[in-house]
Amino acid sequence: MTEAILKVRNLTKHFHLDSPIPFKKSDQSVKAVDGVSFDVFQGETLGVVGESGCGKSTMARLVNQLIAPTKGTVELNGENLVDMNKERLRVFRKTIQMVFQDPFASLDPRKTVGELIAEPLVIHKIGNKTSRKERVKELLEVVGLRGSHSGRYPHEFSGGQRQRINIARALALNPDVIICDEPVSALDVSVQAQVINLLKKLQKDFNLTYIFISHDLNVVRYMCDRIAVMYLGKIVEMGTYKEIYEDSKHPYTRALLSSIPKESPNEVKERIILSGSVPSPINPPSGCHFHERCPFAMEICKIKSPKLIDVGNGHQSSCHLLELENNPLEAIPTKKKEEELKCH
Amino acid sequence: MSDMLLTVENLEVQFRSGSTLTKAVNGVSFSLNRKENIGIVGESGSGKSVTATSLLRLIPDPPGKITGGKIIFEDKDLLKLSDKAMRKIRGNEISMIFQDPSTSLNPVYTVGNQIVESIKTHQHLNRKEAKEKAVHMLELVGIPEARKRFSMYPHEFSGGMRQRVMIAIALACNPKLLIADEPTTALDVTVQAQILNLMKDLQHSIDTSIIMITHDLGVIWETCDKVLVMYAGNVVESGTVQEIYDNPLHPYTWGLLDSQITESVSSEEELSTIPGSPPDLSLDISGCPFAARCPFAEEICLKKTPEMIEAAEGHFTACHFQTKEHRLDRKEEKVDDRSNIKS
Amino acid sequence: MTSIQAEEEIVKTMEDKRKKEQSLFRKLIKNRLAAFGLIVIFLLIITAIFAPLIATHNPNTMDVTKALLGVGEQGYLLGTDNFGRDIFSRIVYGSRISLIVGIAAVLFGAVIGSLLGVVAGYFGGKLDSVIMRFMDGLFAFPFILLAITLMTVLGQGLINVIIAIGIANVPGFARVVRGQVLGVKESEFIEVTRSLGAKHRRIIFQHVLPNSLAPIIVYATMSVAGAIISEAALSFLGLGVQPPTASWGSILKDGKDFLVLNPNMATFSGLSILITVLSINLFGDGLRDALDPKMKV
Repeated sequence: MTEAILKVRNLTKHFHLDSPIPFKKSDQSVKAVDGVSFDVFQGETLGVVGESGCGKSTMARLVNQLIAPTKGTVELNGENLVDMNKERLRVFRKTIQMVFQDPFASLDPRKTVGELIAEPLVIHKIGNKTSRKERVKELLEVVGLRGSHSGRYPHEFSGGQRQRINIARALALNPDVIICDEPVSALDVSVQAQVINLLKKLQKDFNLTYIFISHDLNVVRYMCDRIAVMYLGKIVEMGTYKEIYEDSKHPYTRALLSSIPKESPNEVKERIILSGSVPSPINPPSGCHFHERCPFAMEICKIKSPKLIDVGNGHQSSCHLLELENNPLEAIPTKKKEEELKCH
Repeated sequence: MSDMLLTVENLEVQFRSGSTLTKAVNGVSFSLNRKENIGIVGESGSGKSVTATSLLRLIPDPPGKITGGKIIFEDKDLLKLSDKAMRKIRGNEISMIFQDPSTSLNPVYTVGNQIVESIKTHQHLNRKEAKEKAVHMLELVGIPEARKRFSMYPHEFSGGMRQRVMIAIALACNPKLLIADEPTTALDVTVQAQILNLMKDLQHSIDTSIIMITHDLGVIWETCDKVLVMYAGNVVESGTVQEIYDNPLHPYTWGLLDSQITESVSSEEELSTIPGSPPDLSLDISGCPFAARCPFAEEICLKKTPEMIEAAEGHFTACHFQTKEHRLDRKEEKVDDRSNIKS
Repeated sequence: MTSIQAEEEIVKTMEDKRKKEQSLFRKLIKNRLAAFGLIVIFLLIITAIFAPLIATHNPNTMDVTKALLGVGEQGYLLGTDNFGRDIFSRIVYGSRISLIVGIAAVLFGAVIGSLLGVVAGYFGGKLDSVIMRFMDGLFAFPFILLAITLMTVLGQGLINVIIAIGIANVPGFARVVRGQVLGVKESEFIEVTRSLGAKHRRIIFQHVLPNSLAPIIVYATMSVAGAIISEAALSFLGLGVQPPTASWGSILKDGKDFLVLNPNMATFSGLSILITVLSINLFGDGLRDALDPKMKV
């Protein structure tokens, strides 16, 4: 694979909570993102999945510096964005753009579509009025709308069309990386498919790199080359989509995958039903954050937090089970093993 | 026929705001047997939630109004009942759970209090008995340490736990029918799996029929026996889950099934989509509501509204080209160019 | 391509729907009370502008021989006051003072208050605390006392009346705007703009303020009514516009001494204030309903 375009190392964000006593700094904090490291390569799509509260949205905002991280570095094309001075960061913002979840809330209702799409050009002082107009027209056509729509207001468009407008705006500055934060979860199924197709096509046409955040495992599998699974602020498993979906080494990923609803009424699903829900990130469980819900939890899991271990094929997983000689997880069939059995 | 629990005939619901009239539900009919689960699937604005809420006559009036049809629940037409009689049915014989568990509980009362209230409204129990029953219900829906949790407030519960409480409240009076309006949409996948499991388990122990409203076909496959596919206020297809999956007939159902991203869709191939968006229901639609997006549409579709016909036993669909004699082929080369239609 | 056609179709139907929807003005007119308010305000503005044409006498010409005449006597439409000045003409001219003070003072308060409110709400933190505590202090200060102090320092006169009432209006606007900004600030489109690399000034003036405008306009409308009452109150206390310039408050003040002899002075100036303030408030109420986001702007 080519050189990593984005290198994230030990990215951490702790939000301090307001203390109940005024004028006293609280010592409680939420570890929203806790030491996350990954690389993103040119032209690929890195998927980030996890349940609500796992820190995936915060992580997206840390990567493009919308929120300042507590610790860690984000290197874009070899330059660290953290601690970069404001003016220089503004220049770097051009290369990293974001598409947000809510197509209704992410467009200023009082601006025309043309003004909205031209806004990044105005901010970065690119071109003049006529050239911007041309660019807006071109962008609208790229995302499958008409150039003549630029004079209309956002409320005159449907949800799917608004998301196209958002994408057009993100494309305006010819970015290298686009962070998509749940770009299709607010859309209906049929419209969702349209937007996903568009994102895929644009990736090919403009050689874009995506960080694709979603809670929908099917969408992530379809969109992404590599996937990172997050749980309570940490990446618990990361690898190519094939490795993750067919040969996951982490009980949480296994449980996530097994809870995808059936594909057909005939399918019989072996489910790992987890008990409870994601614990509060204010007081996360000791050791491995997952141990309270993990059906395979051992004594060591309560004490020691597992490290990400390389299990081959660029697949990393953090679970104490991997240190065992007979890993109980290996006994549960995965797609890969089923196929191997079929071959024999 | 004693097996029949609910029959809905030609239900029509309209919303009026200023001078615009929105026909949210436009002649919906279906029936439901005891212990049977029916799923209503559709996109936003298809009228699935409005249909469900109007079964309990909970449509806010104004602006909404049930303008026609019959809702026969165990020999009673719910639309003809007095408000008082209707209140006796709500929460007692038919109860409902909603999409957002964080807003459907009152934050100023304890969870236990809210269950007790709903029990006492419909059953002649004293406070102590009602409390025992409430604790029992909490245990039934899988809330650990139910007695302790009884006196806690909704904000001390997680989303999944709140939805369990809602289910406990809904089932407290042993309703004959439970309407679940997108009960898992606001929840995480692992929690969704828990709740769906719970609902299936409960159904075995309590004799309740469920109407499951969802946009997610996966949820339908998990929980239902029959399914109604709704589009723009109309039922376009209905039948058993197995039939609809194996042998869908309406082009909209095809589009819906095809645009689902499932494990069997390779990431190499382009997703199939339905072009455009659902029609605006405040405008007059002549003919088939799906015609504007249908790859098979011809002139007749724009002029005449198709009737529901029984294409196979128990399998109904509303499409001009799906009759007993003649069938469209789903895999047929889709006509991409619709210039042959004069609009 | 069919998909393009389909998109076009959606835009078209949305447009049809827009056409069916009512414009803001239509909505306002449909509300009868608001329409009444609007008409009265309109008439008032006409009166103020064309006061010299409408007035039947010079409002300041005294003629003691014709003092305290009744309604309609000797061609005086609403009678005369204790100096023999035509009450009708004085009320007509008084409308100028009321409107000028009402509008100018609110503008003054709105501009300064909104700026402070936006800054406090948008940047938050210590700046917010400092600004808002100062506003709270201003709120707690009795208005009349504030006005008296200011008038003592600045001296009497129209401009100073405007400044005094304007300052009294600042904290109200600051609060309304800050509350609004706190909401708008959290919108996703603000985050989007930040992610594009926009500076604070651009975000505030291009996105935050335009989206906070509706409640500011409603509040400003209602404040005009309040400012007119304040002006009348100051004039009544003798702190307002210098005599002999006619103002509704000063006519009322003169009238109170002759309430038994000739109630016309107090009655008609009081009625003017009442009708004006009532109309503005009715209009403001209608405006708020029409701008209510739940009813679609």
